[in-house]
Amino acid sequence: MAITVKDVEHVARLAHLEFEEEEKLGFTEKLGAVIGYIEQLKEVDVDGVEPTNHALDIKNVFREDVSEPSMDREKILQNAPAKRSGCFEVPRMVD
Amino acid sequence: MKIFDLTAHEVRDKLRNRELSSVELTEESYKRIDAVESKVDSFITFTKKEAFLQAKAFDERMKKGELLGDLAGIPMALKDNMCTDGILTTCASKILGNFTPPYDATVTQKLKNAGAVIVGKTNMDEFAMGSSTENSAYKTTKNPWDTDRVPGGSSGGSAASVASGEVFYSLGSDTGGSIRQPAAFTGLVGLKPTYGRVSRYGLVAFASSLDQIGPLGKDVEDCALVMNTISGHDRKDSTSIDRPVPDFALGMKNGVKGMRIGIPKEFFGEGIDEEVKTMVLEAARLYESMGAVCEEISLPSAKHALSVYYILATSECSSNLARFDGARYGYRAKNYEGFKDMFIKTRSQGFGEEVKRRIMLGTYSLSSGYYDAYYNRGLKVRTLIKQEFEKAFETYDFILTPTTPTTAFKIGEKSDDPLEMYMSDICTVPVNIAGVPAISLPCGFKDGLPVGMQLIGKFFDEATLIRAAYSFEKASVICRQRASIMGGGVNEL
Repeated sequence: MAITVKDVEHVARLAHLEFEEEEKLGFTEKLGAVIGYIEQLKEVDVDGVEPTNHALDIKNVFREDVSEPSMDREKILQNAPAKRSGCFEVPRMVD
Repeated sequence: MKIFDLTAHEVRDKLRNRELSSVELTEESYKRIDAVESKVDSFITFTKKEAFLQAKAFDERMKKGELLGDLAGIPMALKDNMCTDGILTTCASKILGNFTPPYDATVTQKLKNAGAVIVGKTNMDEFAMGSSTENSAYKTTKNPWDTDRVPGGSSGGSAASVASGEVFYSLGSDTGGSIRQPAAFTGLVGLKPTYGRVSRYGLVAFASSLDQIGPLGKDVEDCALVMNTISGHDRKDSTSIDRPVPDFALGMKNGVKGMRIGIPKEFFGEGIDEEVKTMVLEAARLYESMGAVCEEISLPSAKHALSVYYILATSECSSNLARFDGARYGYRAKNYEGFKDMFIKTRSQGFGEEVKRRIMLGTYSLSSGYYDAYYNRGLKVRTLIKQEFEKAFETYDFILTPTTPTTAFKIGEKSDDPLEMYMSDICTVPVNIAGVPAISLPCGFKDGLPVGMQLIGKFFDEATLIRAAYSFEKASVICRQRASIMGGGVNEL
């Protein structure tokens, strides 16, 4: 299936990525080739086949609702690109 | 024989006999790194201070006469996608270039508890996405057998660090073959455990339903000992399975007499090098001579595994990598206007080309209008692949295939063509899709480069794989061959 520059722009928006014009062209070609390859799955008869999310049949895991010590705040903040008053600092999100 | 040429269990014996101390061994390891690291580029980070502290602690405990485990006091390396408390964990990405985890991955903790000496963190394809270790944001690791060639990927740094004698074993992670393919390219033994056997807590996630941590070693016994240490249930990983862990080294020497081996014709078809085929089939004959029965089988859906893999792995990665937003850790873009722009610029500048390509493909597969055609269909074909393996294992103890279609390729040879690069995982990805365990071990040499064969086993039956691989290793002369950088090479054969 041919992938257009418009498709690339749409998917990039969803993925929170941006590309130069030249990169977009590269993506149409390389993504198109991979998608062309995976299209072979359309030949497989999957009628009545259940999807497998996990290789093993795993159930959700719960633990007792008992409070446990949290990770140290300073240790978590040690990687913050910006921090203030014991919190992560980010640009304003709501006007 | 030089110390760095020894296996981990041979070194263990020397430590126990007091022929060596752990500090001496750790010094040997860093001496070796000084001698060859500039040629192979296995590492991103060294942890010399911590390594010597651990080595000294081992020596003191030995002096007190404590009985220590198999891996205690032995230098090893961790792939740089496994979290290490207080030590840089970059995932070979610019976006995590300054990330120091505030906690240890469960495997890290288990190794520390076992007294392992962690020498450093190894290079890899960024976020474990790649088959050559050329996708690292930092450096390209070279194959110790021929430094013009790739060591495989994405655990190429882990493989090269062992194959060049810098450490005695290492851990890698395997999403589509990332332990087994580098093992095959560098003449090592690599094991991908059953999904859920080893905790993934603290492993930077790529594709959560496929990722699994496992060992790379010089021989089968080393891999068995590492498996004994890292396996087991972990309540911090909801996909970890609560099952007893056997001693994997215990039944290893029991031979293969009476075992039934399936040889799937689909893994010997187009694209597989003729000499690679021949060597794997010769291995089958060797098994027959040891009393096993080999039969041709068919796994018709396996040919779709690579397509399924690239839908599922990219979809899961697009979701997992959404957490990299520049807000809480990692790289943040310098100039931006508002939160959303910070998010977009951080990701666009921080991720490398292959990672962005996979996020794009995964986002496309999961996007409205394509979800059923790609992602959901991929999950259904996954069911078919899994069912075929399960059916085969009703009759056979394990399945024998090549690990890779060819020997190690040249650096740069496939980096412009993602599809061609992806094909190097064609024999390994079906295993991750099904979740079963598999081991790769050397079965021959072509033009001075190692050829790997793969044994695929039943769910949680790593013990049979280890036993079968051990039998082959003892019956052939191949496992004692070392890379040219070790002063060995097949010319000695």
